[in-house]
Formats: sequence, C-alpha cells, structure tokens
Amino acid sequence: MRYFIRRALHAVFLLFGVSLLTFLFSALTPGNYFDEMRLNPQISPDTVAALRSQYQLDRPLPVRYAHWLNAVVHGQLGFSFTYNGPVAPLLWARARNTLLLTITATLLAWLVALPLGVWSAARFGRAPDRVLSWTTATLLVVPDLVLALGLLILAVRTGWFPTGGLVSVGFDELSVSHKLRDIALHMTLPVVSLVLATLPMLVRHVRASVADVLDAPFLRAAAGHGIPQRKLLYRYALRAAANPLISLFGFSVGTLLSGSLLVEVVMSWPGLGPLLLESILARDLYVVIGGVLLSMLFLVGGNLFADILLYLADPRIRTAASAK
Amino acid sequence: MPLLEVKNLHVSYSARSGEVCPALAGVNFDLGPGEILGVLGESGSGKSTLAAALLRLLPSNGRIQKGLVLFEGKNLLEVSPQDLRKIRGGRIGLIFQEPSSSLHPTLQIGQQVSDVLAAHEYLARRALNEKTSQLLASVFPVDAERISRSYPHELSGGQRQRVLIAQAIACGPSLVVADEPTASLDPTTQKEILQLFGTLRQKLGLAMILITHNPALLAGLADRILVLYAGRVAEIGPAAKVLSSAQHPYTAALLRCLPTDFAEGQSARKTRLPVIPGEPPDLSLHDRGCQFEPRCTERMAVCQCDEPAVNAVGELHEVSCFKFAG
Amino acid sequence: MQPLLRVENLVKLYAAGRSASSKDKLTALDGVSLSIPSGETLALVGESGSGKSTLALCIACLEPPTSGSVWFEGIDAAALGENQQCLLRPQIQLVFQDPASSLNPRWTALDIVSEPFLVQGRFTKPDRAVRALQLLDLVAIPRKMAARRADELSGGQKQRLAIARALALEPKLLILDEALSALDCSVQAQISNLLLDLQSSLGLTYLFITHDFAIAAHMADQIAVMYQGRIVESGPSEKILSSPNHEATRSLMAATPRFIETPGVLVHF
Repeated sequence: MRYFIRRALHAVFLLFGVSLLTFLFSALTPGNYFDEMRLNPQISPDTVAALRSQYQLDRPLPVRYAHWLNAVVHGQLGFSFTYNGPVAPLLWARARNTLLLTITATLLAWLVALPLGVWSAARFGRAPDRVLSWTTATLLVVPDLVLALGLLILAVRTGWFPTGGLVSVGFDELSVSHKLRDIALHMTLPVVSLVLATLPMLVRHVRASVADVLDAPFLRAAAGHGIPQRKLLYRYALRAAANPLISLFGFSVGTLLSGSLLVEVVMSWPGLGPLLLESILARDLYVVIGGVLLSMLFLVGGNLFADILLYLADPRIRTAASAK
Repeated sequence: MPLLEVKNLHVSYSARSGEVCPALAGVNFDLGPGEILGVLGESGSGKSTLAAALLRLLPSNGRIQKGLVLFEGKNLLEVSPQDLRKIRGGRIGLIFQEPSSSLHPTLQIGQQVSDVLAAHEYLARRALNEKTSQLLASVFPVDAERISRSYPHELSGGQRQRVLIAQAIACGPSLVVADEPTASLDPTTQKEILQLFGTLRQKLGLAMILITHNPALLAGLADRILVLYAGRVAEIGPAAKVLSSAQHPYTAALLRCLPTDFAEGQSARKTRLPVIPGEPPDLSLHDRGCQFEPRCTERMAVCQCDEPAVNAVGELHEVSCFKFAG
Repeated sequence: MQPLLRVENLVKLYAAGRSASSKDKLTALDGVSLSIPSGETLALVGESGSGKSTLALCIACLEPPTSGSVWFEGIDAAALGENQQCLLRPQIQLVFQDPASSLNPRWTALDIVSEPFLVQGRFTKPDRAVRALQLLDLVAIPRKMAARRADELSGGQKQRLAIARALALEPKLLILDEALSALDCSVQAQISNLLLDLQSSLGLTYLFITHDFAIAAHMADQIAVMYQGRIVESGPSEKILSSPNHEATRSLMAATPRFIETPGVLVHF
C-alpha cells in the first residue's frame, strides 16, 4: 500500500512540475492572442487593453499561475480566447473523440501484436520469422504521415471509406444502428493508420522478450515435464516475458491522448490533436496548457498504471517492495 | 527386459562458426526396471547432454546424429512429437540442474505442479488440486500447504529441489533422470535429498539415472555406475566394483583424487593429492585414438592410434581400454 | 608469537524489515572469536546461513562489524579509518566460490591479473606485464592462455586466475570462501595442491571457508565449526575429527558424503 501512495504522490508532484513548466513556456513565448487583434484595424486599442486586463494578461506571471492553479483545482481549466468559452468542456469533447480512436487502435494493436510476436518468437530465425521481421522493419521505416496519406488516397480512389471527419452530413437523422455504422466507417481509416504505425514496434518487442525467455532453463524444464506447446508459449513463456511488455503497455496507455495528433490532423478527425495545433498557432494560452496538462495526466497515469500492473503480476516485485 | 536401452548414441553441437563439436560419441548402456544407474562424469564429459538427449531436449544448436534410445519398447528418437510429449513427464521424469532456474519465477508452486499433472491426466479441477496437495505432502512432510502457495524465490535451494522432484514423479513415471540434483545444496540438505531418492525408489519402484561429478554421492545409492569421459563410456559396472576396484585408468585416477576419508588417514593431511595431469580434451579437435591417452599414466603406443573397444573385465563390468584388449 | 589474525567477539547485525532503522535485527554474527597463526590454515566449516561469508567480509574490512575487533598483525583493523583500511586491504585478499561471476568474462587473463596493480597504482606499464606473467606462472596457467578472455577458460583455470589475482598484491592472509566447492573432483585436487604449494613457498596464511568436512580435514591445521552466527567448536583438526563435541559438528560430519575404499564394502554417510 505504501508503495502505491509513494508512487501516486510522485505522480502528483510531477504534474505540478509539468503544469508550471508549460505555463512558463507558453506565457514566455513571444506574442499572445491579443497581438493579432491589435493588428486588426477594426478593433480599437482600448478594447484590446480592456480585454487584456479582463483576461489578466497584465498581471505578473506568478499571480497568473497561482490564479490558474486555483482554478484548475476547482475543475476550471481557464478560458479559451478563440472559442470564447471555458476550456474544460472544449477539451473534454475533443478528448472523447481522440480516446475513441486511440483506445480502439491500442486494443487492436496489442491483440494482434501478442499472438504475432509469440508466433514469431517460436519460429525464431526461420523463414516465417524473417518475413515478419522484414515486414515490421519496413513498416517502421515508413513515416506515419505517409501511411495516413496512403490510406486517404485509398479512400478517395475506391470510395469505400469516408475521407475525413467523425460523422457524415445528416448524421442526426440516422437511426441508432446507422449512426454507429457511420461512426465506425469514419473510424476505420484513422484506426488502421494508428494500428499500422504502432504495431511493428509492439510485435518486435513481444518477439524479442519472448525469444529471450524461450532459452531459459525453466522453459526447457517445463518442456521436459511434457507441458503442451501452447501452454508453454502463453502460460510460461509470455508470462515470464511480461515485465518489459507491461511497461510498454503503460506507455501505450500514456500516449492515448498524445499519440494520434498527426493522424487526426490528416484525417480531419475532430480530436484533441487539431485543437492543440490550432491553439498553439493562435496563441490560445489556456487551451494549450490545458491540453498539455491533460496529455501529461494520461502519461503519468499510464506509468502509474504500469507500476500497479507490474506489482500485481510479478511476485518478486511484491517481495522486494515489502522488504524495503 | 531392460527398461531403457541406449545404443551407439552420437550427439554433437554446432558452434556459431559452423564447427561441429561432438559431445557424445557412441554411448551404450542398459537400465533395468527399479535400477539406479549412477553416471559419473566431470565437466565436458557430456553427462548433461546425455540427460537432455534421452528426451530430445537439446538446445537449438544440438543434434542427435545417430543412435537408438529404446524405452519400454519404443525408440524415443523416432516417436512422434505428440507421443514424445506424453512420455516426457508421463513415463520419464526429468530433473534438470540448478533448481533456482528450473522453476517459473512468477507462477505459484502449486500451479507448477498441477500443470504437470494436467499435462498428462484428465482430471477435474477438484481432483487435480487434491492430487497436487498429496504430491506436495509426499515431498514436504510439513508446511506443504504454505509451499503450495509460495513462489520459487521465496523458497530455499533444498525446497526448490524437492519441488522439482515432486514434478518429476507426479505422473508415476517408471524412470527418473536427475542431473546433478544436489550440486548447489548444503551437506545436510544433500543428504536429505539423496535419502528421498532412496525412499522413492523403494516405495515407487522407480528406476533412476543419477548424474553427478562426485563419486561419493553414488556410494550406497547406485546399483551400477557408468563413468563418462569425453563423451564416451570409459567404464560401466556394479557400483561396489567400480568404486572399490576401478579398472579404467581414468576412473582409478579420479577416485584417487578424493581426499582420504577423514576418519582414517590422519597423516595424509596437507599432503599433495594425486592428480590427473592436464585438462579434459577439447572435443572440437577430432583427435584419433583414446581420448584419455594424453593424461593416462598407463598409456601404450596403440592408444594414440585407435579408439579402444569395450572389453568385459568381470560380471556385467565393462571397460573401454586397451589394457584389457585381446 | 602473536597470531597473524585474531578476531575477538565480533558481532554483526543487519536490519531486517522495512527500513534501515527498524527494530528487527538479523544477527549474522553473534560474538565470534578465532585466531590463526601465521603460515597455517584454519578451516571454517558450517552450512549456508551460519554466517561464514559475513565473517569473511568483516575480516577483509569490506563490512564494518557492529562490535568487536579484528586484530591483524596486532592492529585493530575494524577501528581504522577508511584511508588506513585501504592500506591494510592488500594484505588480506579474497577468493570466491564462483569464478564465473568474480571475474569479468570479457577481460583477458592478463588484464584480470594486472587489475590490482592498476587500482593500487603500482609499477610502470612494462613492469606490470612482466609481473602479471609471473603470477600466471605461479598458478600454472600456460602463457599462451594469457591473452585469452576469461570466458574461454575452463572452471579450473578460472579459479587459478582468481587465485593469481588475489596474490598480485602479495597478501599475507588469503580468505577462500568456498573456493573449491564448485569444482569437479579432479580439478579440486589440482587446486588444493596448488594452494598447499603456494602456502609453503610464499608463507601464506589461509582462512578456508567450506561446508565440506572432507576438504577441511585435508587442508586445515585447525577447524572451527560455525552454527547460527557462533563458533560452536574449534581446535586442532585431529581433535575435532576424532572426537567432535557439538551437535552441529556431528551432524555436519555425518552429512559429508565420503566413501571408504574397503574392497566390496561401501559406506555412505
């Protein structure tokens, strides 16, 4: 129990640090939203000044940070200038869309990577394994952008899939099942793109970890007891190879919000990515900080999740933790 | 009718450079039901290779080149993979070296023993658990329940070894092969384990192949002893005969190396022990002639040219040495 | 004539439990006293967990004792400051059980043996090489193996290398912690002969730690039996072997596998 409390406190500490840094960087970058407005001749300087003081941009940094931190603790993430509304609901709506995409893609990628990696490790060095290695290496080398664009071209050429967005025009008039089908169709390409981007690395990691374990004495001993091949591979080998993979899974969870930015932008998926991008370009301070903070939350949470999983999965870690 | 017959077994390993290094070159022996055969061999003699080869469990760079391993009438080197899996653990139990690394690190002991049972017998869950408890109780007279829920890293070396034994005898095999079962254990624990083997042989009528480098362990336990040197059988015969009047120069020299029994020769303290000069041969250099010849004090001219054939020197006692030829 | 090594009432406690300051203490050594005259061998016999290795570390000044003293040539080693202990350490060297883990497998034999010179800053480079080769000769490692990596050597050769390395700084006391236990019988005989030769030619004193009574009986002038952190019995080898008093001694002797070459009669423990 103390183990978790220590880890959780650590995580909170980390979040504080990140929020401070992000705030500082955003606030210190040259330019702000109102500079753009000033250039616009239609808006009077007085208005700009008034707006600036309303948004407290003329106060010293520490005060602004303290103010903002106070608001965060109360669940308010600030105010978006571009959208002219509170940041939190805005982020949440977009984050939901992103999570829909990334959770599906992550689950799919892992569900494919595990058996594929195990299969490959069992045939280590032989022809099927080499073919798979070659394929994953090629996929790794191809930039995510190219993959996404390639899929888009496919969509345009064949017309099988919509070329962007979350829903089609006239979504609201569809029945529930048709709505689901519509979303699923729109999701397909982005999900495939994400899966193709992350799968190669996962497969290689699974393959490497399992291949390492296949030479271990306890596996030969288990084979000597007549334990069937499938059980050997999954219950014995994969389980023993689990530790680095659990850490990797924690990392997957950690990048649920941040890993899909490129794909979302290319495929016009209304997720967190495009929002962050445009907010950075528009100097919409609080949206940027809020978005980064949210991503950071997931990253830290993902690591914590991995730590918890490791603790539950490996009795040696439990023993070591209680000995400390 | 012998339980196990090994004929002309040749096993080799290929190094990464492509070189082929023979590990066993023409091993022959028999084993009767309920008999304990001690295999005496030092590092490089091929003893662990023998244990692995019997059940085709060699590492990926090992190959059985030729030979016959007849067990209960079947040639183990030619049975199908499914039949082989049934024999492994089912009819032949294997205890590998190093108990600390022969158990899965994150599975409970009870689970690992159950898995062996489940691999060979079709039992309902309740029956499986009961049988597992019985099995663990037979090797752990106290505390079997707690051990069942423990993990390998929580147990001592002796306890882990007992778990390996439980796994090996789980499905009632007729033969158990134990590779250096007491190597990393304390003397007291070692004694307990060897006594356990004796008890199991009595109660279950088990035949055993006990592989070790320490002759003293086999005294009083083994019925016959096979001495392995450089992948070949140097001598094989009744344990009492081999240990008290070894015929092969290697066996004799090896036994002379042991410190004299401390209850006797007091005057021998701090004197130099007779040693076998030199080092075990590098088997990747395919030398002609007897492998022990460079280190043998009784070598003759013919020993350099040919490999000695097997000669009988007594009842069921055979030696591969030119001393006894003709 | 004072003994080379004299240990007096050595106590070593380790903290068991959750933190370094917890109340639960593990008693590794519970008031150990022994002495070894110069040029002799004391065998320390006991099972694992009896505290033998802890004692070795304390004597070699690698672990500070909780209380008690370690007198080496009349100086209380345990009470010395860090700098002075560094000067004392070359005199007491250790050889461990498993040469595979006490030698860096990627270094050559020559490098391993020269390492102590480098650490202590002795000799110029050409001198180091010469002395290293001399050490290899001392332990009968053929010169052509000098350039081989440690993982290419056999078990016996590795242990010889470990002994050569221990002798590099010309120690007076050599602590051999189960140094022969992992070796084959014939190799054990070779290495024990080597140790006996080195003792008589270099005047070394040995603290020989083992759990094997047979080897202890063969190698040692004195035997001390350790059980649960205490020395329960000690004295000249003949006396201990012929009339053991303590229960622990007797059970260890009974557990040591030995056989007697009486024709046709085999006795096990």
